[in-house]
Amino acid sequence: MELHHLKHHQTYITNLNKALEVSADATAEGRLHDAAAQLSAIRFNGGGHINHSLFWENLSPASSPDAKPSAAPKLQAAITSTWGSLDKFRSAFAAALLGIQGSGWGWLVKEAGTGQLRIVTLANQEAVVVGDIPLFGVDMWEHAYYLQYLNGKVAYVDNIWNVINWKTAEARYTETREDVFKVLKANI
Amino acid sequence: MAASVLRIAPSARAALRASSAKPAGAALASAAFVRGKATLPDLPYDYGALEPHISGKIMELHHKNHHQTYVNGLNSALAEIEEAASKGNQSKAATLAPLLNFHGGGHINHSLFWENLAPANKDGGGEPEGALKSAIARDFGSFATLQSQVNAALAGIQGSGWAWLVKDKAAGTLQVVTRANQDPVSGNYVPLMGIDAWEHAYYLQYQNRKAEYFSAIWNVINWKAVAGRLEKA
Repeated sequence: MELHHLKHHQTYITNLNKALEVSADATAEGRLHDAAAQLSAIRFNGGGHINHSLFWENLSPASSPDAKPSAAPKLQAAITSTWGSLDKFRSAFAAALLGIQGSGWGWLVKEAGTGQLRIVTLANQEAVVVGDIPLFGVDMWEHAYYLQYLNGKVAYVDNIWNVINWKTAEARYTETREDVFKVLKANI
Repeated sequence: MAASVLRIAPSARAALRASSAKPAGAALASAAFVRGKATLPDLPYDYGALEPHISGKIMELHHKNHHQTYVNGLNSALAEIEEAASKGNQSKAATLAPLLNFHGGGHINHSLFWENLAPANKDGGGEPEGALKSAIARDFGSFATLQSQVNAALAGIQGSGWAWLVKDKAAGTLQVVTRANQDPVSGNYVPLMGIDAWEHAYYLQYQNRKAEYFSAIWNVINWKAVAGRLEKA
């Protein structure tokens, strides 16, 4: 947790700020080619910052009532309606996480427009930014688990279930998209 | 690189039997014997031989767990593809392409990797000689420039991947390329020297300080092996 937060997430922020600054200067001076050259770094580091910001919020100490699925009654109802049961959702989510080839994230999202629940996986630091609302995510980059689990990612996926913050997930399920991303505004 | 016919190393056979943590639907075709199963190649050195640059713990996990998993996944994918093809289900075979690419690439990449590493006190590190040295001077200007290009390529990988010194067969020149995840070097490029930039390749020892790992690994690059590949390219 310490390395992940203090080092990895911080690095995304540092590099995002650098890329945004270079891009802004270039745009102001009409050097659009130089601004465009920063897009990859903005996307990668911006995504990293967004993903990790949401991630910390959707985790909770296992002992807290927030970590109980019962903290998310509306979301649980939707999960049951979609996958048949919480257990079936858990299996489907785990399979999606374990199927990621390389670095990436798995998210439970509320689909834009339909409001349907979907499991999505995204590569590297792609983020849920266009339309859909991220409810909770799990980081499957090796740095998220390696020191503790080594290559045993099945155990990591199993255990992280105990620290999912269902209260936050419920809030994200019921509030506006703007509210879900307010953590980003709060840290500008 | 191991593509041995009619031989399955005991460890690989046990691993094939035991492995159940596979993607959904990846069951072995139990009855049919598939010729030429992939096997985990032995390392040409002990796990601890690359210390202090790469720890023995990393080498052991990387070889016995990570690479073995790719071998298992490759054999599983091949068995499924062969079964689908034999039943005339070409579409199903085609849907297995990503698994084949991922696990097959993982097996190829790691097999090449072990061979282009060597203990620092025996073939590891230093600079290349002969034809490889000349080619590097010709195509990069200097060994130092090659090094900084490779390090920049490694640092620029967003996610998991590899950096490779390759020969462009058409142009006859050497280049530095990167590959995402386990995508193999293929087609017009011949892989000469690869460096694994997946976090599992360094995390236990270097944590997030990947620049230190990228710097340290130059001490254990086996230039003789790389030169041998150039000769055959």
